[in-house]
Amino acid sequence: MAENNSLVRVEKLVKHFPITQGVIIQRQVGAVKAVDGISFDIKHGETLGLVGESGCGKSTTGRTILQLHEPTAGKVYYDGEDLTTMGESDLRRLRREMQIIFQDPYASLNPRMTIGDIIGEPLDIHKIGTAKERLERVQELLNLVRLNPFFIKRYPHEFSGGQRQRIGVARALALNPNFIVCDEPISALDVSVQAQVVNLLEELQEKFDLTYLFIAHDLSMVRHISDRIAVMYLGKLVELADKDELFYNKMHPYAIALLSAVPIPDPVKERQRKRIILEGDVPSPAKPPSGCRFHTRCPIAQDICKVEDPPFEEKTPGHWVACHFTKKAQEEML
Amino acid sequence: MDNREVILDIQDLHARFHTQDGVVHAVNGITYQVHAGETLGIVGESGCGKSVSMLSVMDLLAKPPAEVQAEAILFKGEDLQHFSQAEMRKVRGSNMTMIFQDPMTSLNPVLTVGFQIKEPLKLHLGMSDEEATKRAAELLELVNIPEAENRLSDFPHQFSGGMRQRAMVAIALACNPTLLIADEPTTALDVTIQAQLVELVKGIQAKLGMALIWITHDLGVVAGLAERVIVMYAGFVVEDAQIDELYGNPLHPYTLALLKSLPRLDQRKEEALATIEGLPPSLLERPQSCPFEPRCEFAKPKCKESNPLLEAVGPDHKIACWVDIKTGELR
Repeated sequence: MAENNSLVRVEKLVKHFPITQGVIIQRQVGAVKAVDGISFDIKHGETLGLVGESGCGKSTTGRTILQLHEPTAGKVYYDGEDLTTMGESDLRRLRREMQIIFQDPYASLNPRMTIGDIIGEPLDIHKIGTAKERLERVQELLNLVRLNPFFIKRYPHEFSGGQRQRIGVARALALNPNFIVCDEPISALDVSVQAQVVNLLEELQEKFDLTYLFIAHDLSMVRHISDRIAVMYLGKLVELADKDELFYNKMHPYAIALLSAVPIPDPVKERQRKRIILEGDVPSPAKPPSGCRFHTRCPIAQDICKVEDPPFEEKTPGHWVACHFTKKAQEEML
Repeated sequence: MDNREVILDIQDLHARFHTQDGVVHAVNGITYQVHAGETLGIVGESGCGKSVSMLSVMDLLAKPPAEVQAEAILFKGEDLQHFSQAEMRKVRGSNMTMIFQDPMTSLNPVLTVGFQIKEPLKLHLGMSDEEATKRAAELLELVNIPEAENRLSDFPHQFSGGMRQRAMVAIALACNPTLLIADEPTTALDVTIQAQLVELVKGIQAKLGMALIWITHDLGVVAGLAERVIVMYAGFVVEDAQIDELYGNPLHPYTLALLKSLPRLDQRKEEALATIEGLPPSLLERPQSCPFEPRCEFAKPKCKESNPLLEAVGPDHKIACWVDIKTGELR
């Protein structure tokens, strides 16, 4: 999977959160297997979409890549350097190049700081420029995300959701990063405002040659913004492919069902579509099913699926799937 | 035209909230009808008044701060405005029921699911506990909850999000309502669970034949569900049309812009998404102009002077706009 032009490479990444019992003497009684051995790479300048339902581990993946969570096992390479074994000071240097935009624009901005201070904070932390230069940079950033630089002394509560998300984008851009993890940046926004933020992200990507990991559950938007898409289910990747390949030649039963469940704003098409309704709910990541994790809800599951976890394999060039029966899935579910 | 009996007829409904900052004009004179057995989608962004209009009809707003005025709110021919609290209580939960967005907060966490389903059965239909238990199990089965009988004694926290919302549907269906109002019931759910719930409600509606109002901000969900759609903006109904007409031939600039700004799963990306610049207006002021005028690409001087009323522009198609968007000229 290693390619020369990959900027970020994730190898067998694992993140388990311990479940403890007891107040004074705590002992671990289990683990939430949020991310359980995933590998992929993100190429320079591309947008990789990461989709899945709540609790599948997609946000944890994003945060673990940035070392905001310490990984339980596995490696994360950024530009060839292994982040998981790196010391604090080296990591801090690299953090300038890796930023994150959070989901909730209401919770991710400190209500007691002016937006000038919020956007300038990364510059202060990394001790970049004089006070005057920092001010100029903040004004430049505000212009970049199409907010009036006149707003610099205002507080977050004076802005709407879409404007706050632009402030989050400006903060992420402050240090001229190469790689940005967008963790559901639009899901808290209204429909008419979502398009504004997505267009802004695309425009900035072109301008500054950014690489995005775009995490979302809105598949229509992911299809719009991504170059390649990875589908996650219960801590594992089930399918990874070029976006058009994924839409026209999907192979994994979960990906097929997930895509069929996304509503299309067209009543004529909606009446003609074949919809696959999955039974039941996503199992708990603390007690994932044996074998293939999807077998409990999979409409084509066989006996082997209960025992043997299918490997994540490259079925056609660039198209990775983890399923024993991709042919059967395509024949019976499409 | 729809020949079915009109069961809900809302005429010139206004809802305001008196707050410290001033009066919030949440709903500003809306008029529409719902027919027996019909599925009506109400679409709009947050703060457009879609939920408040339904809460006003159900008389579920705290007054004050809320103030509701209407020429008439006729439910099966009777004006709900003249109902006493006790009479209203008889309508709510039996003839006209509602499911809410967040299944976590709309179920009582300290009462069993069974108790909460049995409550309307005993209250409105006068069933004995034994009868109610039997019926409650049937209802849970109807909403596809396995081992329904055993799950009656579970508490809401023992149910998953999707199951909780299905339990809410069971409560809402308990007394065979004439009208079921669903207020963003799938917003908190994942897409595969959303598909489960939509299919479930569709199936039940086909079986029981109640009318359904589905409030949402998602034009995709409505496309596969509704017969007719109402689009709301800043407390006004801006477009009201049959489903195929609304998606195939949208005539209000806001509806058109909203449809264009949506990425579609079935389409390849061609260019940047169309955006609606700016933000919805503050509801604290009530200008004379069309509320969409500042963001509208078709705006004319007339749009600043007065707010257009909802008018029929074709059979089963009404819009509130001065401009013919096909020609870009005033109509």
